[in-house]
Amino acid sequence: MIRLHPTMLRGLVALTLIAAAALPLLAPNYYVQFASKAMLMGMVALSLNLVVGYGGLVSLCHAAFFGLAGYMLGFMTPESGGASFWLSLPVALLAVAVVATIIGALSLRTRGIYFIMVTLAFGEMLFYLFHDTKIGGGSDGMYIYFKPEIALAGFALIDLEKSSNFYWLVLAMLVGAILLMTAIVKSPFGHALQAARDNEKRALSLGFPVFRLRLVAFVVSAMIAGLAGYLSAAQFGFVAPQMLGWHLSATVLVMVVLGGMSSVLGPVIGAFALIGLEEILKSSFEHWKLIKGLIIIAIVFALPGGIRQLAELVLPRRGDEGPPAAVTPADGTPDPANRRAEAPGTNPQAQTRGEFQHV
Amino acid sequence: MSEMMMEARSLHRRFGGLRAVSDVSLAIYRNEVHAVIGPNGAGKSTLINLLSGDIPVSEGEVRLGDREITGLKPNLRAMAGVGRSYQKTTIFMGSTVFENVRLAAQAKSGHALRMLGAVQHDDAVNEAARAAIVATGLQARSGTIARFMSHGEQRQLEIAMVLATDPKVILLDEPLAGMGQAEALRMIALIRSLKQDRGVLLVEHDMDAVFALADRLTVMADGKVIASGLPDDVRNHPAVRAAYLGDHEVAA
Amino acid sequence: MDALTFAVQLLNGLQYGLVLFLVASGLTLVFGILGVINLAHGAFYMLGAYLAWWIAAYTGSFMLALIGGVAISFVLGLLLEEIFVKRMIGRDHLAQVLLSFGLILVIDEVRQILFGKDVHSVAPPAWLKGSIQLTDILSYPVYRIALCVVCLVLAALIFFVIQRTRLGMIIRAGAENRDMTRALGIPFDKVNRYVFAGGIALAALGGILVSPISTVFPGMGDGMLILSFVVVVLGGIGSVAGAAIGALMIGLTDTFGKVFFPQFSSILIYVLMAGILLWRPNGLMGKGN
Repeated sequence: MIRLHPTMLRGLVALTLIAAAALPLLAPNYYVQFASKAMLMGMVALSLNLVVGYGGLVSLCHAAFFGLAGYMLGFMTPESGGASFWLSLPVALLAVAVVATIIGALSLRTRGIYFIMVTLAFGEMLFYLFHDTKIGGGSDGMYIYFKPEIALAGFALIDLEKSSNFYWLVLAMLVGAILLMTAIVKSPFGHALQAARDNEKRALSLGFPVFRLRLVAFVVSAMIAGLAGYLSAAQFGFVAPQMLGWHLSATVLVMVVLGGMSSVLGPVIGAFALIGLEEILKSSFEHWKLIKGLIIIAIVFALPGGIRQLAELVLPRRGDEGPPAAVTPADGTPDPANRRAEAPGTNPQAQTRGEFQHV
Repeated sequence: MSEMMMEARSLHRRFGGLRAVSDVSLAIYRNEVHAVIGPNGAGKSTLINLLSGDIPVSEGEVRLGDREITGLKPNLRAMAGVGRSYQKTTIFMGSTVFENVRLAAQAKSGHALRMLGAVQHDDAVNEAARAAIVATGLQARSGTIARFMSHGEQRQLEIAMVLATDPKVILLDEPLAGMGQAEALRMIALIRSLKQDRGVLLVEHDMDAVFALADRLTVMADGKVIASGLPDDVRNHPAVRAAYLGDHEVAA
Repeated sequence: MDALTFAVQLLNGLQYGLVLFLVASGLTLVFGILGVINLAHGAFYMLGAYLAWWIAAYTGSFMLALIGGVAISFVLGLLLEEIFVKRMIGRDHLAQVLLSFGLILVIDEVRQILFGKDVHSVAPPAWLKGSIQLTDILSYPVYRIALCVVCLVLAALIFFVIQRTRLGMIIRAGAENRDMTRALGIPFDKVNRYVFAGGIALAALGGILVSPISTVFPGMGDGMLILSFVVVVLGGIGSVAGAAIGALMIGLTDTFGKVFFPQFSSILIYVLMAGILLWRPNGLMGKGN
């Protein structure tokens, strides 16, 4: 395990934030836009991890929530100017919440493979709804000619048409989402959700309303994915059915696994890594998807622990880590070191892939 | 006779053609341990699952005090005051003793959906967890990760978790299974302390423990109750001797 | 709608359902026996259709395309089982999802390299060309009728294998209780390999059989994958009989949905699925209802 000293960690976070905030002042526009896109994917991966990592439920319909919120912005943007940010965002998120509640309530009646198939199917239902009908321009999608307007009492506060302003908004939203997710994971709700993941029967017999916990996690996660989708639609000025398709859901799942499910930040890092990798592959190879596919297969076999595992292989072990976890004496007597762990789910040992098998 | 805490009224449970439990009625009283014994496959575990709600009944009624709870899901029964342990220890192995018990206390506090505020800062929950740990004698192990404890301590922890949910009735499914002599004695003492102000249902194969603890005894075979009453009456019941106790030292 | 049009639509629905059954039965068997979720199932349906187009274009024979396409897919299935899928048994569903997603990307891109991304059509064999004239304006293609017959024969064959042969007995026992059958010393490695390859071959066969009546295009696998999933959810994992019921329900719902609610026909099957989930969350023939 790579563990940084808390002050070092805080310093690192502060530096990263400063560097991220300064990016539009230093880098060309292409990079600013690319970073916005990567952060939005990071937000979707972060949201999905609440369900997959902390809830233990493999959902394959998060792209549908992402895309639905994008379409909502499209519907609410008038032809002559931008939609009101204050109105369009809540409406978009509300629409996502309603749809996610219905899909979640139905899907959560099932377990394991069924849950995967059912979420996939409902996600594709939304895809076909926008693909096959005239709502939202059918398979051609629709353009959003103006970015939403953030105004107060008639005065425009921030001009989102400027890509640096848009970038800062996305950065602020991502930081907000990370803080929210961290709070959720540490909250009574987060602990109960992780308990239900590790042992559903026990969680129920202690009195936790497991179905409701999972449904709430599903809806909250869908809304954060929706926020990312709304911003993404605003950034590209275009929405198409592919935004809701399950290939995007699966790609986000790869980001989550790549970055690691045992922390809030892992999936964000995984998203950056995968988006960056895709960008490099795209510019170097005609058949880059072939390589992407092979990389995903390689991750499954060689790197189930994601980037964290890679870092552990490459970086030298730190000496002051304390004893490795496997020092339990063979006769089952307690470990004299009396090691303390973090919260049940943030403890990496409790979250190894092995404990994931009962999803 | 003391107050009735929980009651099963002619419970039936069929799995396909198999009658796992048929027409079982029994009552659990305050300050009493009601032991249920019987050969393997007699339906004892199924009975516990019916009482806790893990398995729905095919027919019959489950009551908690004056309240009918037959239709309640297991989590709602737990909130109403039914606590249980499992045959196979079910604790959260990667968490510490305190975290395990705090989780249980948190379940009881009813704030399962609260998303703000870290769990560590709920004083009432922390206090309830500490009390349950003290009651089960695990104070010294509070910071130990469950995985690193002995089997006996893990079972103690499971009982501490049940206690932290502040139950009126505790259902114990073979709490002594797999324990050594010393561990078993500690567990027997712990179970005896549990019945204070509560009702306890004990399913157990260890006859010494059963006769040491039981205030009331029910014998099951093939899903049915074949005898029920005070331990001394039951152990001399001819049907019981034939069906179950056999040559076991009943005179002991 | 008059009786004749209704009959034609009914036939269309049944034929659609039968093809769906072929593909979905392969999927449900792989779920049931190996316990592995295979998102790449639809990709093999697509690959089968492209293989058929390619072989038919070179040889001019649909029958050769049919045999060649199925054989190549079966061998490919054996290889994939040996290299990848074998290692997925017993791993969590998340790993299985990611592996099969990776496979989809690879298969799609290999198809692109070998066959391009154009939309094609495949000619049915000469002796199955033409239509039966039903009325002055209504006719029904001979190939579609032949397709129904072939699918029915194959369905009967699948049921025969499952119900009457030793392999079928092992498959049924495996779907019932994987761990127990493993403990009984049944050569599960071999059974797994043939079930997986057989499942893949069924998907490819479905793609080949529909290639003369619909177009061959890159995205055809995705749609089929989702439909097969819905079939399995309706019928219950591992149940071939459930797959048959589910497939026919969807075939008929979709066909008549297109007639009565053309705007929302693609949503109808999901409404059906939602209804089944409310009623029997483990599928009509699933365990544990």
